[in-house]
Amino acid sequence: MIRSPLKHISACTLAAAMSLTTFAATAEETLTVVSWGGAYGAAQKNHMIDPFQKETGVKVLFEDYSGGVAEMKAQVESGKIQWDVVDLEVIDLERACSEGLLEVFPHDTLPDGVDGTPAAKDFIPEALSNECAVGNIVWSVVYAYNKDTIGKTPATSIGDFFDTAKIPGKRALRKRPQVNMEWALMADGVAPADVYKVLATPEGQQRAFDKLGTIKDDIVWFDSWSQAPQLLNDGGAVLVQSANGRFYDAIRQEGKPFVIVWAGHVYDLDAWGVLKGSENKELAFKFIAYATQSKPLAGMSDVAYGPTRKSSTPMMDPAAAPHLPTAHLDTGLQAGSAFWADYGESLGEKFNEWLLK
Amino acid sequence: MSALSSTEASQAASAQRKKSLRAFLFVVPLLAFIMLTFIAPIGSMLWRSVNHPTVAELIPQTLTELQRWDGKTTPDPQTFGVFATELQALAKQRLSGKLAEEFNRAYAGMSSVVKSTARKVRSLSPEELNSQGAEILLNANPKWSRPALWFAIQRAGQPYTYDYYLTALDLEVNLEQGIQVREDTQIYLQLYGKTLYMALQITLLCALLGYPLAYYLSVLPKNRANLLLVLVLLPFWTSLLVRTTAWIALLQTNGIINSSLLSIGVINQPIEMLYTSFATVIAMTHILLPFMILPLYSVMRGIDTSYMRAAMSLGAKPLPAFARIYFPMTLPGLSAGALLVFIISVGYYITPALVGGTDGQMISNIIAFHMQSSNNWELAAALGSLLLGLILLLYWLYDRFVGASNIKLG
Repeated sequence: MIRSPLKHISACTLAAAMSLTTFAATAEETLTVVSWGGAYGAAQKNHMIDPFQKETGVKVLFEDYSGGVAEMKAQVESGKIQWDVVDLEVIDLERACSEGLLEVFPHDTLPDGVDGTPAAKDFIPEALSNECAVGNIVWSVVYAYNKDTIGKTPATSIGDFFDTAKIPGKRALRKRPQVNMEWALMADGVAPADVYKVLATPEGQQRAFDKLGTIKDDIVWFDSWSQAPQLLNDGGAVLVQSANGRFYDAIRQEGKPFVIVWAGHVYDLDAWGVLKGSENKELAFKFIAYATQSKPLAGMSDVAYGPTRKSSTPMMDPAAAPHLPTAHLDTGLQAGSAFWADYGESLGEKFNEWLLK
Repeated sequence: MSALSSTEASQAASAQRKKSLRAFLFVVPLLAFIMLTFIAPIGSMLWRSVNHPTVAELIPQTLTELQRWDGKTTPDPQTFGVFATELQALAKQRLSGKLAEEFNRAYAGMSSVVKSTARKVRSLSPEELNSQGAEILLNANPKWSRPALWFAIQRAGQPYTYDYYLTALDLEVNLEQGIQVREDTQIYLQLYGKTLYMALQITLLCALLGYPLAYYLSVLPKNRANLLLVLVLLPFWTSLLVRTTAWIALLQTNGIINSSLLSIGVINQPIEMLYTSFATVIAMTHILLPFMILPLYSVMRGIDTSYMRAAMSLGAKPLPAFARIYFPMTLPGLSAGALLVFIISVGYYITPALVGGTDGQMISNIIAFHMQSSNNWELAAALGSLLLGLILLLYWLYDRFVGASNIKLG
């Protein structure tokens, strides 16, 4: 008596589950692409996702995440792959690729640049240096101030960020050791070329923490880049760190009186990779090859992120050119992804310890 | 009264069995649901904190070789040869990155060393690796000669380990196999202490705010009390994130509180309230207050007012009457509320993450750090199970001294 309804229920679930799998089997041409959302995501949708859908008829599910490899690790370890293509920061990419969370990407399948340059020469070398991915943008961590609240002396150097006598007020930094340690050393007089060498030594790490300690009481910490323009806007801090595109978007779209300081910026790449075990591997490769052509990459200048192909430069909006990280490489430092693969965890712990002191 | 015949007895027993089987079948879906979605994942996560066979699976022969090692000097050339061979095999299978990650966790700075060495050994012949393994490795990077590194590798190679628990308690094993306080960083004990302290503050605040309110509600006529209870529950039904961000709007430097205090001239400069432990305590007290009020209210509702009247008519002053008659009767509700608030706040994550800044962080935030950024799920699991153990211990203490049967939720 009791059994039959239960049997009925389980039959129902089974039927439902089966219909789900059949649905998945018929809708083969669906691709899940994951990126960072916000203005950057909108630019990717405009220049990469939508044209790809239109040309190939593939349905793309475009989702957001906030970085880190935890979700990818969980999917690959459980064998239930939900994401196909992911936009990764290089720091995460190093780790995801070496831990076997990503497929190896066939770089020789990338199309030539629009001017006919072979892909291998068209891409900047860093964009193809990882075997699991293709570089997508060059972006930068910078700081900015608000013209209305800065006072008489504007900030111009990385040293100013640590100089509360010259520019009084709060500073906002993302709560992590990355970039902040580099900035501290550069402000303390270490040449950009030596930053990672110094930071690999216990004395160098102490030096960076000591320098950060000089402004510790003046730092407001945040957890996501999206919080940063808000802090600058409502006066929560005078000098605020963020990705350059976040500030550029606030300046261009909302007309905020923000000024970006390029001195000592730390630039890095974002790259497209394919999750290991993706059922749509070939399609995912096809998408990446499509999205990293000259024209879609040129479109990333909408949010002031530089293209990874040289052939994209002439196709960009010339007005955006001075705001791209690629226009300021001489004053910047390339983020050391190998260094952070080595010291990310131990410095992360030390950083947390320092915060609690 | 005649005794049941044996057939009647067996009929009764079988009816009883059927009944309990039926009852069991009714709970089977729930049981399966809890097993699948709660116990199994948590169990497997906790299992990670003691079982980590990755290194043992990647370099089994090297670990066997290391058993001969005295633990004080550089291992012998044969060990290096075996390791170089295994490293080459891993490099060819694209697994050297995994080994790099594991070594780096055991000994910071090794990730790049393993990767660059793996690139170097990839193209060498097996004979070269076997005979010149030591030279090749030491030429690739002098770090390979360090005994401390090999000691760390040896420890990481144990499939069953309590090392993550040691780390979670700010301890480590030194070269002489003794347990000592970690030299590098010590944060976890401090964070546990802080978490408990903040949970205690939140619980006390909730009790101080909730007790008078629950009392007031309990003496109101039922329909008015119900209306006011809805007001208590209203924020409870609002999204947690909305309530937390509302606190951000209130507490920030140019927020409502600061600007009103400035405009009436109480302060000259905005007070830093957001991103402090103060913000965490205030926001969490607000969020957890209903958990205190509801059990208190339902217990107070059940207390007959004639007790207080009797005490007063027998000559007790209001305060002693409250302290000796009324208050002890509300203790079941108070302890239920306190226990709920305390346990929830010990493991709370999202509010401290959003409003806590640096000094308002709790142990849950560092667990999230190890899950999301540092990718050290084993350590996160150890920290999590210590937290679970801590709560169980507190519950046991509570049961010992107050008595769990005393709790009344409604």
